[in-house]
Amino acid sequence: MSLDLALFTGINILLAWSVYLILLTGTLSFANGAFMALGAYVSGVLTAKFGIGYMPAMAMAAAASAVIGVLTGYPALRTRGIYLILVTLAITFFVQTAIENTKFVGGVQGMGGMMGTSFEIVYGSVIVVGALIWLLSRSPLQRVLDAVREDEHVAGAIGINVVYVRLALFGIGAALAAYAGGLYAHHMFFVAPDHFTIIVSVFIVLYVIMGGVNNMWGSVVGAVILTVLPEAIRFIGEWRQGVFGLLIVILLLFRRDGILPFRSVTARSGRKADA
Amino acid sequence: MSSVLSVDGVTKTFGGLVAVDSLSLTVEPGEALGILGPNGAGKTALINMVSGFYRPTAGTIRLFDREITDLSLHQIGRLGIARTFQNIRLFRRMTVLENVMTANPRYTRKPLRAFFGFGGRRHDIDEAMALVEFMGLADRADRIAGSLPYGDARRLEMARALATGPRLLLLDEPGAGMNEEETERLIADIHKCRERLAAIVLIEHDMTMIRKIADRVVAMNYGRKMAEGRPTEVLSHPEVKRAYLGTTEGELV
Ligand SMILES: Nc1ncnc2c1ncn2[C@@H]1O[C@H](COP(=O)(O)OP(=O)(O)OP(=O)(O)O)[C@@H](O)[C@H]1O
Ligand SMILES: [Mg+2]
Repeated sequence: MSLDLALFTGINILLAWSVYLILLTGTLSFANGAFMALGAYVSGVLTAKFGIGYMPAMAMAAAASAVIGVLTGYPALRTRGIYLILVTLAITFFVQTAIENTKFVGGVQGMGGMMGTSFEIVYGSVIVVGALIWLLSRSPLQRVLDAVREDEHVAGAIGINVVYVRLALFGIGAALAAYAGGLYAHHMFFVAPDHFTIIVSVFIVLYVIMGGVNNMWGSVVGAVILTVLPEAIRFIGEWRQGVFGLLIVILLLFRRDGILPFRSVTARSGRKADA
Repeated sequence: MSSVLSVDGVTKTFGGLVAVDSLSLTVEPGEALGILGPNGAGKTALINMVSGFYRPTAGTIRLFDREITDLSLHQIGRLGIARTFQNIRLFRRMTVLENVMTANPRYTRKPLRAFFGFGGRRHDIDEAMALVEFMGLADRADRIAGSLPYGDARRLEMARALATGPRLLLLDEPGAGMNEEETERLIADIHKCRERLAAIVLIEHDMTMIRKIADRVVAMNYGRKMAEGRPTEVLSHPEVKRAYLGTTEGELV
């Protein structure tokens, strides 16, 4: 595997987790391509045009995206189901159009001048974020999120502020997508609006659905397979896209809950069952 | 001392349908109030309003001295009203123990702080296990809730409700679909729960349960209060008898 592919894989794992975190509260977000774009552009502008350091720029990009995530999420998360999906798609569409029409960041031409990234930075980020999500999966918060996802009304009745929890995770997911977008921009040295089309948002969701939505490892498996596979089947030439699509359909037909469907239990009684 | 619950002139309409029609009642400290009435009488709609699932079209609801009419679900839950559901609603993917642990107020109130809840692990498990044991589910603590038989699912729902630390517990037909033996056990369980609660509201068609648990009964029909009083009085009330004819007649003996 080339270094380039390895870096994209790491970035895509982070993006998959950004969707996974939001999905923990039952929200399927097709807006993460937009948050990725925000992160790419905000961190790119800060480093290339204002000479701000790499890590401060990344942190600021993530924070900005979290704020925008919460602001857009507040009205969006009042809708559910298919409407919510449409609203999140609209966010992606809106951000892409907004970038295309902003001269300051080069419009459709895109902008360059970023400083690059490294294997250590990308995979260091994957490890740190992965560790945090793993801690989450063992914490009481995991159960709060599971409750919200499984039955929001019962979750409310036992005292959980469902809107607040959904909004918080939407903001966190937006921040992570932006961080991954920042890595992407610096790795590419150049970004343009057509790097962040709706297809990108759809693909990130696909990583999670294909890998399995019930645990953090599904996102990893989905992101790795869907990033590496198109390269691995490059030899078949022009039919590549078609074969790739077909493989996804077959997989989802046979493993509806993804490749890794299990949910980890958060607490055990430590007793022997006698029934 | 003020009433645990005061429902005052509460109405709920759905389009043209009046589900609850300017109904008033109180639940006093230490009391178990039974609510009965034929199908569609508005019993569930009433406790849906009390627990914040529905917003009343008119009227006020108070928990002790606090008006809760327009509060949201989680605010009402935090103030100490817990409930079970006519059609059981568990977190089916979680284990029995997790269902109870999820309702722990420490984490439902400050969800993001729950991320740092590692320290409390053993203590949280012990606390939840005490409730699981209290409801007689200790040997099934690690089973997936969705796989529980009916009676156990009912008991788990009650354990989860108790885990929120409620003052008032609302039970919506907990005895539905249970045989005599199971019903006896349920009655004993509900009596045990009462020690932990300021008051209890029990919706039930099963007259044995009403007789053995309720201190006072409100009979509803067409969203209105038909009769109110001690169980024996209400059950022998002519209007109540008539309302039940042809519906759940057999249970009225
Ligand atoms: N969400 C709703 N939307 C529309 N109508 C409703 C709704 N909830 C209840 N109703 C109607 O209100 C009336 C009272 O219903 P409710 O469920 O309170 O009856 P109930 O006394 O609990 O009956 P049962 O013994 O069958 O549970 C019924 O006519 C019902 O169809
Ligand atoms: Mg009912």
